[in-house]
Amino acid sequence: MGDKTQLARQFIEVIPHAQELGLVLQSIGNGMAEISMPYDVKLIGDPDTGVIHGGAVSALMDTCCGAAVMCHPDAPGGTATIDLRIEYMRAATPGQTILTKATCHHISRNVAFVRAVAMDDDRDRPVATATAAFSVEAKF
Amino acid sequence: MSRPRPEPVQVVKQRRDAALAALVASVPYIQFLNISFDRRGDELTGQMSFDQKLIGNPFLPALHGGATAAFLEMTAMMALNWMHVWPKIEAGELDPADMTAGRLPRQPKTIDFTVDYLRSGLPRDAYARATVARSGRRFASVRVEAWQDHKTRPFAQAVGHFLMPQGEDKRDAKQD
Repeated sequence: MGDKTQLARQFIEVIPHAQELGLVLQSIGNGMAEISMPYDVKLIGDPDTGVIHGGAVSALMDTCCGAAVMCHPDAPGGTATIDLRIEYMRAATPGQTILTKATCHHISRNVAFVRAVAMDDDRDRPVATATAAFSVEAKF
Repeated sequence: MSRPRPEPVQVVKQRRDAALAALVASVPYIQFLNISFDRRGDELTGQMSFDQKLIGNPFLPALHGGATAAFLEMTAMMALNWMHVWPKIEAGELDPADMTAGRLPRQPKTIDFTVDYLRSGLPRDAYARATVARSGRRFASVRVEAWQDHKTRPFAQAVGHFLMPQGEDKRDAKQD
């Protein structure tokens, strides 16, 4: 299992788009992952307020959900997103890092089910939640 | 009965293209994803030009699911915004010069967005078009589809709900 976590960590850390977004893997293991995205002006979606674009939050959520699948003890290898649904509860406060926590709560032979939540510094009021289904692949 | 002479084509094109360019230029995240918009009349097609930074699986390689989701959401939101901005540009309520200077109408906000990944995104340009299924005073529902080589073989589709900017324009409030 330690190997799997190590492999998942290595995989996440070489994803070009994740690097471009500035994603930082905070913790990973046992079907759970935490990834943070520091505030960056290049990710702004609303120039009037400086709020990060929802799409960047989607990309963060997708990466974090995928990481949770890959480090699940029953995951044989790689994964791909089948379906991702995001609910945006409020705008993330400009200037603050967004932290995502994802849990792979069920995995079958072919499909992994994941839930995730995104927060800024105010941990009690989530910015967004996600529900996703991922394919379970034999290899990376 | 005589009708007013139609405006010269350059005047019409310049006005519409300037307004669209102002909307696109105002969002840094559009540039981050290498997205541009092609306009035919009021119809928009988004293009996400390939770049290595959009890759999510370097071994296949394939586009990042998050980049695909963001591209779809960006296209859906732009199509919705454009639909609302268009009549105001045409009626002269919004001046493209003001828009270029940064005085832009408020954007719709995403409430939820559901992406259906149909096949893996190839390392090449992607295109997307959105359809506004319903646009009311408060809420809008938008469908969007993205393809690469074949329009009939989309690699992802999505549906999203948006909250329209409130209390901006009295005329809007009476439209629904």
